[in-house]
Amino acid sequence: MQIGRVVGTVVATQKNAKLEGAKLLLIQPVDPSGAPKGPTVLAIDSVSAGIGDRVLLVQDGKAAIQALGRGVAAVDAAVVGVIDEVEMGA
Amino acid sequence: MFLARVVGTVVATRKDPGLLGTKLLVLQPVKNDGTPSGKTLVAVDSVGAGVTEQVFYVRGREASVPFLPDEVPTDAAVVGIVDHWSLS
Amino acid sequence: MILGRVVGTVVATRKDDRLVGAKLLVVRTTDPSGRDEAGHMVAIDTVDAGLSDRVLVVTGSSARMASGLKDTPVDAAIIGVIDSVEMKE
Repeated sequence: MQIGRVVGTVVATQKNAKLEGAKLLLIQPVDPSGAPKGPTVLAIDSVSAGIGDRVLLVQDGKAAIQALGRGVAAVDAAVVGVIDEVEMGA
Repeated sequence: MFLARVVGTVVATRKDPGLLGTKLLVLQPVKNDGTPSGKTLVAVDSVGAGVTEQVFYVRGREASVPFLPDEVPTDAAVVGIVDHWSLS
Repeated sequence: MILGRVVGTVVATRKDDRLVGAKLLVVRTTDPSGRDEAGHMVAIDTVDAGLSDRVLVVTGSSARMASGLKDTPVDAAIIGVIDSVEMKE
């Protein structure tokens, strides 16, 4: 999983039937200090995350399907948690 | 599947029950000409490969297939030892 | 699988129901000698790993084959604490 920050929401009226009603978020993957890394990712939201939230991002088709919970669907990324805190050690 | 050279072994006492009794190999992926390519990874051995041998390995969910019916939680498995290869 | 080192923990109260009770650790990827490589990931801990432990991480769909993670929405799991890595060139 990656740490990401919700930087936007995406509205798509016309989409695959399996995605009806699913909330789509635009996620910027970040490192533990919060610095952006790599391109933004579009992910379905299963935990009601909002813009500005730091989140847990899974990027695996079957994991995203599990998160969506509607059987096989054309998704490959999902937000599965809202991060309260990242504690870094040594 | 990909070509690699076995460059090391990993010892882990505390591990997933599915990994008990397995041999963990450190692989250096190689290009067609045998030169190293990319980062090392760890794979479960299914063919009795050892350090310095040239092997090929499979990645992804299919990596657990050689061990069925045991459920080995791995995303990489060595599935063959290369005798030699040639390029046309 | 990849080699890594535990460098942090993640606390997330609001998360997928199937992740309730899961321990989330920040893992820095390392080379076989233990040197840090670029990149961090968050992985579910299944072997009671701790801060600074060197660990074995399984990624992708295979992560759900780890003990207790069947049908959970995860793509990275810590499945071993490394005692040693022996290298021969």
